[in-house]
Amino acid sequence: MSLNNEIDYGTPASASAEQVSLEIDGHKVTVNAGTSVMRAAAEAGISIPKLCATDRLDPFGSCRMCLVQIEGARGYPASCTTPVAAGMKVTTQNEKLAKLRKGIAELYISDHPLDCLTCSANGNCELQDTVGAVGLREVRYGFEGENHLQAEKDESNPYFSFDPSKCIVCSRCVRACEEVQGTFALTIDGRGFESKVSPGQNQPFMESECVSCGACVQACPTATLMEKAVIDHGQPEHSTITTCAYCGVGCSFKAEMKGEQLVRMVPDKNGQANHGHSCVKGRFAFGYATHKDRITKPMVRDKITDPWREVSWEEAIETAASRLQAIQAKYGKDAVGGITSSRCTNEETYLVQKLIRAGFGNNNVDTCARVCHSPTGYGLKTTFGESSGTQTFDSVLQSDVILVIGANPTDGHPVFGSLMKRRLRQGAKLIVVDPREIDLVRNSPHIRADYHLKLRPGTNVAVVTALAHVIVTEGLVDEAFVNERCDVESFAKWRSFVAKPENSPEAVAELTGVPADLLRGAARLYATGGNGAIYYGLGVTEHSQGSTTVIGIANLAMATGNIGREGVGVNPLRGQNNVQGSCDMGSFPHEFVGYRHVSDGATRAQFEAEWGVSLASEPGLRIPNMFAAAIEGSFKGLYVQGEDIAQSDPDINHVHHALRELECLIVQDIFLNETAKFAHVFLPGSSFLEKNGTFTNAERRISPVRKVMKPLAGKEDWEVTQDLSNALGYPMNYAHPSEIMDEIARLTPQFAGVSYAKIDEMGSIQWPCNAEHPDGTPIMHADQFVRGKGRFLLTEYVPTTERTNSKYPLILTTGRILSQYNVGAQTRRTENVAWHQEDRLEIHPHDAEVLGIADGDWCGVKSRSGETVLRALVTDRMQPGVVYTTFHFPHSGANVITTDNSDWATNCPEYKVTAVHVAKVAQPSEWQKEYQAFSDDQQSLLDNRIVTAG
Amino acid sequence: MDNHSNLIKMANNIGAFFKSEPEHDVAVAGVEQHIRNFWEPRMRKQIVEYIQHGGNELLDIVAEAVKRIAQKP
Repeated sequence: MSLNNEIDYGTPASASAEQVSLEIDGHKVTVNAGTSVMRAAAEAGISIPKLCATDRLDPFGSCRMCLVQIEGARGYPASCTTPVAAGMKVTTQNEKLAKLRKGIAELYISDHPLDCLTCSANGNCELQDTVGAVGLREVRYGFEGENHLQAEKDESNPYFSFDPSKCIVCSRCVRACEEVQGTFALTIDGRGFESKVSPGQNQPFMESECVSCGACVQACPTATLMEKAVIDHGQPEHSTITTCAYCGVGCSFKAEMKGEQLVRMVPDKNGQANHGHSCVKGRFAFGYATHKDRITKPMVRDKITDPWREVSWEEAIETAASRLQAIQAKYGKDAVGGITSSRCTNEETYLVQKLIRAGFGNNNVDTCARVCHSPTGYGLKTTFGESSGTQTFDSVLQSDVILVIGANPTDGHPVFGSLMKRRLRQGAKLIVVDPREIDLVRNSPHIRADYHLKLRPGTNVAVVTALAHVIVTEGLVDEAFVNERCDVESFAKWRSFVAKPENSPEAVAELTGVPADLLRGAARLYATGGNGAIYYGLGVTEHSQGSTTVIGIANLAMATGNIGREGVGVNPLRGQNNVQGSCDMGSFPHEFVGYRHVSDGATRAQFEAEWGVSLASEPGLRIPNMFAAAIEGSFKGLYVQGEDIAQSDPDINHVHHALRELECLIVQDIFLNETAKFAHVFLPGSSFLEKNGTFTNAERRISPVRKVMKPLAGKEDWEVTQDLSNALGYPMNYAHPSEIMDEIARLTPQFAGVSYAKIDEMGSIQWPCNAEHPDGTPIMHADQFVRGKGRFLLTEYVPTTERTNSKYPLILTTGRILSQYNVGAQTRRTENVAWHQEDRLEIHPHDAEVLGIADGDWCGVKSRSGETVLRALVTDRMQPGVVYTTFHFPHSGANVITTDNSDWATNCPEYKVTAVHVAKVAQPSEWQKEYQAFSDDQQSLLDNRIVTAG
Repeated sequence: MDNHSNLIKMANNIGAFFKSEPEHDVAVAGVEQHIRNFWEPRMRKQIVEYIQHGGNELLDIVAEAVKRIAQKP
């Protein structure tokens, strides 16, 4: 349980619009129909003792502590499982009830250790509170009888302890694992006195199916399931609401503190994205923020072969500024640029792009969204008129058919994955389009995909267009929606195109590997199964036709009328916490904040007036263009905030070549990441715990990031950018990030109504938020598309040039796993390595057998770009001919193999399709040896840094 | 890959998307506008120089679009 400063109403709120009035302890109470008596009492300020009830879980009625008397009713019903009725008269306190409750408490305590003073839950224990409330003073049964006090602890999980001697078998943990997380890893094993909580088949937690989301720990009313941090440090004493810095779900958390020490992160039940749920990363993996590898002093050096020299902030900023100015003086103002990060706040990102446009005097700014969701921006802007997803996460609870394309929500977006699983358990249908058998297909309890279109990597467009073919040729188009809401001319053209015989499921089956009958069935289900919602991820965008697939998805939603209301829509699942925000904030080289092109004179004039400088009207360089220009010699200086391009970008040898060509690389980060090993100036960054700002999640929700501890290096990131700007002669003078947000609101129609005061008042806001939508916009395109009429575009399949042949017979595709995050800079520095210590090469048993590879063998993986070595994981999740890996560890070199192929519209890299040769080997690749030597040298230059600053 | 080859590949990839457009002029205009919207001037200059120096590896609609850019940079 979390700090005792929030009310637990005992049972979930009822969504009924009907009101019911009743009398509780003589007070008239009016609540929604369907509300429990327990919750009705709590809403009226009347507390009923409880143990097995909590408002995050459905009522269970096992502890009998909450029983009440109801006039005219027999016995003493449990108030948690009894719904209110009109005219009901309830008594919650009288002598009989007190006696009954005391008797129940006495039974519980007779088998519970009386070590309250030294218990980790002391002062924050529901059993302690309840027993106190009922006034238990003695246990008549004594403590000598049979009991569970010697039950063995399970300490296998790195983050929490399971002490069954303190368990009261209330089943809250079991129910949380089922209802909230949907993993069903826990059960109550045995009957009567033998009943006990059992992970898996009576296994330790770490050997069970447990995904360490923390829902059971959160639900536990005692110290049975307890964070080890609380056991070590004691109960926290204050908390602050903030937003998780991991994935694009953007969960709201209470950072629970002792002074400046973060004891634990507890999911906020009022969080509008996560409703009190969390995953192993957000809940537990925050130790990186204070890891010994943090660099907290600015450093400079002339060459990357020099040792680092610690300097003052003033010297570091001055060095950075003077080197950038020297480069611009020598090579021209377009010879420098910068990269913003989706891990940074909106305000920081806004400030970096402002510095580049106004301070550097060019538009050479790009963001790491270039390599993930830039096709989403292009595709949805072109079809719908806005570069964003259309729904809330909660919308999935109204969906009847869920189509997941190229995404793995249970690993990549686990809290939303749990919400989706809840809806699937309620009966929604599921279509998965993925080359790999993700957990949703058949490895999630009580969930089976109705269709798994196990396509060959690189054939998304052919599959999506074939789905459209079925919808058009079988008369499944929502003609009324299309006629009213869409551009009918573009629709007519599209209809003719997709209806061509070459786009039929039968025609593309051999190419895609998807049987035509399966594809037809999936198309019919999506078009006719009720509310159809599409969720997609990087398996869609990171292809040479990434933008085309996004367009194809938008076409499908429009053609079937699945847009503009709850339960439907097009939902890009953003990888990092602030992908949406970094794009919104003008990080792309061709557009200002709010997705307005730099060539638009009226927009530019608005920014010129606010910023007091004239601005370039031409698009700047994208990240891959920067690399090309660096190698060519016309790009010499780069400012990178919070992004690790030397690990995350494709064709790493090419990236490293480009970085070596730079005369000044400035890296601002919390660690000496891979990119910083090529840097000349290192500016220490601040973690999300050390600064104020906002993140915008995948549902356009702007949520607060709040400072809970002082920045370890002394400055918040926005302050560093401001200092650099001032040193470059472009003045910035913000006193607080709220002033930056005020400026964003002045300049951005979608953000006109956003302010810190409004965010504080509402908790979070989904943009657009302006005069037309003062409280934000949960569902986009409700009455009309942002661009007016929805626009259909043709989506011809163009095969990638990355093809298999006798030399490279397998296709490598890449992805993520639950416990690690992106390049791993954060999660590798936490106990999450207990789940994943290395990137593995997943390979189908058939391919493994042909190649003589056994599980755990070292495999050389060679592509046209490079070669690396990974250990094999033989699994039938893969299809024959396709192998898979993650890229969480730099020495894995996954991006040594990936190529320079990219999306036609946005240059988003084609991470998902690389032709490779795989063979059993005995030693690391040459690249890995060289990388290790370079990395060791750089670590040595860091370890031997010259300390001169005071 | 040298930068010219890279730009040719990028331009032809853009052309591959627009070539399914049945109206030729719309397809050429689509390629032209895309390059104008998203390519930094150095890149536009290089692709224009490439075609002015007799480069012939561009798809027809791309070559036509680049020529339009050359006429009105």
